[in-house]
Amino acid sequence: MILIKLFFTFLKIGIFTFGGGYSMVALIQNEVVMKNGWMTAREFTDILAVSQMTPGPLGINTATYAGYTAVVNSGLPGWMGVVGSLLASLAVIVLPVVAMLLVLRFLSHHRDNPVVDAIFRVLRLTVVGLIAAAALLLLTTDSFGIPGLNRQFVVSILLFAGVFCFSYFKRTNPIYLILASGLVGLVVYSV
Amino acid sequence: MLWKLFVSYWKIGAFTIGGGYVMIPLMEREIVDRHGWLSRDEFLDLMSLSQAMPGIFAVNMATCVGRRLAGWRGVVAAVAGNITMPIVLILLLAMFFRHFRDNVIVDRIFMGLRPAVVALIAAPVFRMAKTAGITWRNCWIPVVAALLIWLFGVSPVWVVLAAIIGGVVYGKLKAETSYENQNENGKRG
Repeated sequence: MILIKLFFTFLKIGIFTFGGGYSMVALIQNEVVMKNGWMTAREFTDILAVSQMTPGPLGINTATYAGYTAVVNSGLPGWMGVVGSLLASLAVIVLPVVAMLLVLRFLSHHRDNPVVDAIFRVLRLTVVGLIAAAALLLLTTDSFGIPGLNRQFVVSILLFAGVFCFSYFKRTNPIYLILASGLVGLVVYSV
Repeated sequence: MLWKLFVSYWKIGAFTIGGGYVMIPLMEREIVDRHGWLSRDEFLDLMSLSQAMPGIFAVNMATCVGRRLAGWRGVVAAVAGNITMPIVLILLLAMFFRHFRDNVIVDRIFMGLRPAVVALIAAPVFRMAKTAGITWRNCWIPVVAALLIWLFGVSPVWVVLAAIIGGVVYGKLKAETSYENQNENGKRG
């Protein structure tokens, strides 16, 4: 049954997420799009857009929305989707919270341990690759249009470049960039 | 106390858009400045621990602060406060977009949003590469990780596991060499 599968999938996603929300996005993408085929890459991109402009941690938002979509896509009614979304968001936090409590209880000076230090140095580097892969996997014709001198592709590349620069160099809050891109889309594709 | 903790975290969850790290200033204001629940040093300690541990940064942080203030009840209050509003909002939006997904206007807006979302995932790659201390000698680690996932469809779970094992081996080797160096220096001295 999809609800049980969903719960265990998001348990796994929670405990293997290191280095913040974007790394959780990479794990969720792999599980819900590639491995289980619960939604298309395009649906997942749309979920990310909504998750980034809604308040709250990106990981929680994406898990909630992906849980809902996975269940509803499987043909179950909307209220089951709500159950799925709650299961997914609880599953994603429960193991990390337990791990956190154990660490707070038993270990307080692990930072000076050279092995622990090495693990986190390698993990930090690996997470960079993880998020890069998530971005590369989203470079699809679904999101950008067919490459060439057509309106959708040119607009998409310009939007990509603009948002990247604002986000990287100016650290603009994603909400403004998302709102602006949505507005650009609405105007450009309406004329 | 529990109620105040819940309300504080409700605010932190409901009023920060753009991911866990955007929450830090608001969290600091609520927990350190406004309520004086933690000193700034304690707050920074818990912050680096929350970043190192698996899971969602904001939820880890809520777990730390909740436990410090009121034990397991505090954990429940802080975490629940933090995630309630985002979950409710997302569910409302999910149902809304399900209903309007064939709408022309919604479709046009999303055609503009999709490339922007990809850019928003690409930008932190370069930001995080800097903080991760990337060099010519270790840049193969993120490159191999990305290629395995992107081209070969390897699950990120295996890549993370491999990184942990690699870290253990690397740390042990380094600990041994520095121990031998110390011994040699000791003999010489």
